[in-house]
Amino acid sequence: MINAQRFTFSRVAIYATLILAAAVYLVPLVVMLLTSFKTPEDIRTGNLLSWPQVIDGIGWIKAWDTVGGYFWNSVKITVPAVLISTFIGAMNGYVLSMWRFRGSQLFFGLLLFGCFLPFQTVLLPASFTIGKLGLANTTTGLVLVHVVYGLAFTTLFFRNYYVSIPDALVKAARLDGAGFFTIFGRILLPMSVPIVMVCLIWQFTQIWNDFLFGVVFASGDAQPITVALNNLVNTSTGAKEYNVDMAAAMIAGLPTLLVYIFAGKYFLRGLTSGAVKG
Amino acid sequence: MATLELRNVNKTYGKGLPDTLKNIELKIDDGEFLILVGPSGCGKSTLMNCIAGLETISGGAILVDDADISGMSPKDRDIAMVFQSYALYPTMSVRDNIAFGLKIRKMSAAAIDEEVARVSKLLQIEHLLSRKPGQLSGGQQQRVAMGRALARRPKIYLFDEPLSNLDAKLRVEMRTEMKLMHQRLKTTTVYVTHDQIEAMTLGDKVAVMKDGIIQQFGTPKQIYNDPANLFVASFIGSPPMNFIPLRLQRRDGRLLALLDSGQARCELPLGMQDAGLEDRDVIVGIRAEQIVLAPAEANGLPVIRAEVQVVEPTGPDTLVFVTLNGIKVCCRMAPDDAPAVGQSLNLQFDPAKVLLFDANTGERLGAMSSPQAQGRADNVAQFKGR
Repeated sequence: MINAQRFTFSRVAIYATLILAAAVYLVPLVVMLLTSFKTPEDIRTGNLLSWPQVIDGIGWIKAWDTVGGYFWNSVKITVPAVLISTFIGAMNGYVLSMWRFRGSQLFFGLLLFGCFLPFQTVLLPASFTIGKLGLANTTTGLVLVHVVYGLAFTTLFFRNYYVSIPDALVKAARLDGAGFFTIFGRILLPMSVPIVMVCLIWQFTQIWNDFLFGVVFASGDAQPITVALNNLVNTSTGAKEYNVDMAAAMIAGLPTLLVYIFAGKYFLRGLTSGAVKG
Repeated sequence: MATLELRNVNKTYGKGLPDTLKNIELKIDDGEFLILVGPSGCGKSTLMNCIAGLETISGGAILVDDADISGMSPKDRDIAMVFQSYALYPTMSVRDNIAFGLKIRKMSAAAIDEEVARVSKLLQIEHLLSRKPGQLSGGQQQRVAMGRALARRPKIYLFDEPLSNLDAKLRVEMRTEMKLMHQRLKTTTVYVTHDQIEAMTLGDKVAVMKDGIIQQFGTPKQIYNDPANLFVASFIGSPPMNFIPLRLQRRDGRLLALLDSGQARCELPLGMQDAGLEDRDVIVGIRAEQIVLAPAEANGLPVIRAEVQVVEPTGPDTLVFVTLNGIKVCCRMAPDDAPAVGQSLNLQFDPAKVLLFDANTGERLGAMSSPQAQGRADNVAQFKGR
């Protein structure tokens, strides 16, 4: 029975469709990978999907020489911004769900607006603010902008996660003598692994892939890799080296890819546990 | 080990909103078990949270050992609480759950180990100590939650409907265990429930609450035999007390309640003789076990013949329903005496135990003062024994 079912027409049709869909999504990646290992000569003569005549790593080496420094800039921007915004978001969510104060609902409502604000609308006020703080054109300034912009999302994540945790837990801890930070650190934070992962992935993807804030608030050697990639690809002098472009694009995209591969199961778990209602 | 006194406690969540608690006055002695009982939304859990310090009170005072604690934070009140949902810390093992409060109070590691061992032995959860709450059954979680409260050796225990998440069998078991535990430890306890059987079985004192007001405060016996009003009478007791609305008459100086079963009538003379009750709409309250089969030879008490409508065997008793004055009335009988549906019975009431309530306000009418009420309670016992 089971074997018979396995080869019915509808089964085959379903798998065929799924494989086709997967192929459509994978083709750009395949093209990028193949192209990055070709020589410029090979690229000009062959077609997009042809196998490289000789596998040549020169594209990757050149790409790393060009954007490698900016890669570390991105790391220096992303890691602190992700960690700080996640931590503050967790604290915000904790207060907004467990220590409600007069007007906390309104506060949360206003904070939610931050999720709907387009990047462009905050450019001017943000540059004014970091200018006043003396952080213009610094990595610290860019981190600050990312933290502030990300807070709306991280707070939303944590608040919605903590709202589903019974108040009695906090009450019990208060009667046990635990204070504000002890309850957060010893009881709630250990329960928050799924939502922390969701938040880290979300923020990492957002901040690593950000272009606009990077191009506006960082200049020269402090630019993140997205901006450097753009500069490389859009350069109009000399011959177009597609293998270098493709390799550089792969380098720029690799960290988010790895984050999804290693933490993706938490992301799905966090989303499906009903924790994120955003 | 402490006394607990509530003086005129009020709680409101804001101007214009109805009071959640109104003028709560209670006092229990050291080692007593107080039950707060009432329907959902009556304010019993709010009152408990106020005692714990999780909510502030809007007026009045809460005194433990005659010291006002109403301004103190929960951790300084030395009160432990068991929650309905148990509220075990899900990421900690059972051992850490029990030890958490002790660690925060900076107890030495050796003393903590000793205390955890004592409590887990008392509650027979030694084999569960390294498990996480998620790996425990409901009954085991309940025990751990109690263990967490016991470990601190607080002055007062608070229980917020601790048995309501358990299945029926386990609930009865834990109820007995809880009573045993209290008899052994003799710690002052406040216990919130909406289950009137828990209220009757566990409490030294019972406070019946409704709409933020204590309707009656007394021993379970007082509450059962001498309810202050219609609400208390109807809330406590299973099956609920029978209520028959009627108009009282006075003849030859005696107050009479006229009962009509459809096939017979009966004039029930009442114990109380208060003036002004005649020609007044009242509600007569009679408990199911106070309606009995009339003995073969006359005993001077009025008899009414009635047809059996429904018979519900519960095991130890059989509930028999007849119609009096158009109202379905429940009588509790021994299973061997139980009649068949359609049969007619001769029923008797002890007039001294019949209660009267004002049909409009629900207040008790002609209530006797406490010593007499106590005497009346003894009458009930005699009457039942007959």
